[in-house]
Amino acid sequence: MQDLISLAVKAIFVENLALSFFLGMCTFLAVSKKVSTAIGLGISVMIVQSITVPANNLILTYLLAPGALSWAGFTEVDLTFLGLISYIGVIAALVQILEMILDKYFPPLYNALGVFLPLITVNCAILGGSLFMVERSYDLTESVVYGASSGFGWALAITAMAGIREKLKYSDIPDGLQGLGITFISAGLMALAFMSFSGVKL
Amino acid sequence: MAQTYRKQLIDPLVDNNPITLQVLGICSALAVTSSLKVAFVMTIAVTLVTAFASMFISMLRNHIPSSIRIIVQMVIIASLVILVDQVLKAYAFEISKTLAVFVGLIITNCIVMGRAEAFAMKNPPFASFVDGVGNGLGYGLILMLVGFIRELFGSGTLFGITVLPTVNNGGWYLPNGLLLLPPSAFFIIGLLIWAFRTWKPAQVEEREHKIQTIEAH
Repeated sequence: MQDLISLAVKAIFVENLALSFFLGMCTFLAVSKKVSTAIGLGISVMIVQSITVPANNLILTYLLAPGALSWAGFTEVDLTFLGLISYIGVIAALVQILEMILDKYFPPLYNALGVFLPLITVNCAILGGSLFMVERSYDLTESVVYGASSGFGWALAITAMAGIREKLKYSDIPDGLQGLGITFISAGLMALAFMSFSGVKL
Repeated sequence: MAQTYRKQLIDPLVDNNPITLQVLGICSALAVTSSLKVAFVMTIAVTLVTAFASMFISMLRNHIPSSIRIIVQMVIIASLVILVDQVLKAYAFEISKTLAVFVGLIITNCIVMGRAEAFAMKNPPFASFVDGVGNGLGYGLILMLVGFIRELFGSGTLFGITVLPTVNNGGWYLPNGLLLLPPSAFFIIGLLIWAFRTWKPAQVEEREHKIQTIEAH
């Protein structure tokens, strides 16, 4: 239990996907102009991340890892080189399914989050989460915790960023830094702040 | 015709740079720039993937039904990335270790997808190939610039060769540790954007709010 809590805290603060690995930066910079849209996107990322990381973990353990196909009689098959293409396929398919389920059963939620879902397929934070899961060989429980908390960390970062940008538009910024430039620099300052968590041990 | 190809190749370098202007492919641009060597390998990998993905997608563009085009593009891009990943693992294992997940993340690099969607779906294969190379190099240019600054001032070396002898090794240069940490990449890219836009004022973004001075009566 203790391990899982420390894993969660680490994924949210210390190894924040957006601010210390720069994952999902394109959407992070493009959709952080308003707090309300940022929260919508953040929640969608969290949901998708908590589903895809465990799903890819199952794919890896039962289909791709060396010897994983022994239940089907192939004891020596190693399909790990197919990893990338399977993970992205799983992500694209799950996002599509999620979109259809939301559309059918939760229309208000679909109207709120619908526009963000297609963006999420190409969000590096999602694929990155799955790749980190593989690289650090998490088991199923760990990958559930890691998926949910890394998604939460990303949502936290984009919401904070949007809050800053909402205030920032009233300030007098040199012409060349207007827009993208100042956003980069404020993201850098946020990343510095998040680094102060790096000594935290539980 | 040669003129257009040349323009396609040069244009994305400064005038229409994928990173500083189109805000594409930033994820990996920041993470792999702490040393020049890694940035260089990443540049080559992204340029190759973008160029060939654009070419193949353009060859198939008349046969891809538009409802499933994203998935078809993904499969093509993912196959190319797997190729790059396997080649790196076989011939440059050390570097592929440093790049870790970022090779895989070329799949979701918006530059590759963006060019496939915006250019390759509408243009013939060779033009798409050139466009892919151009955009890959535009991305690489920023990557190498950031890598150059971070490696030179962060550890006093370039491509691993000592340029500024550091204090620890008996030299005179006190390295700036901040430049080896991730946040420095944000600052450097932010400042690079500032420099680019001062040089080319046409790229400056409009202000959302203007500061007005009210005359006192």
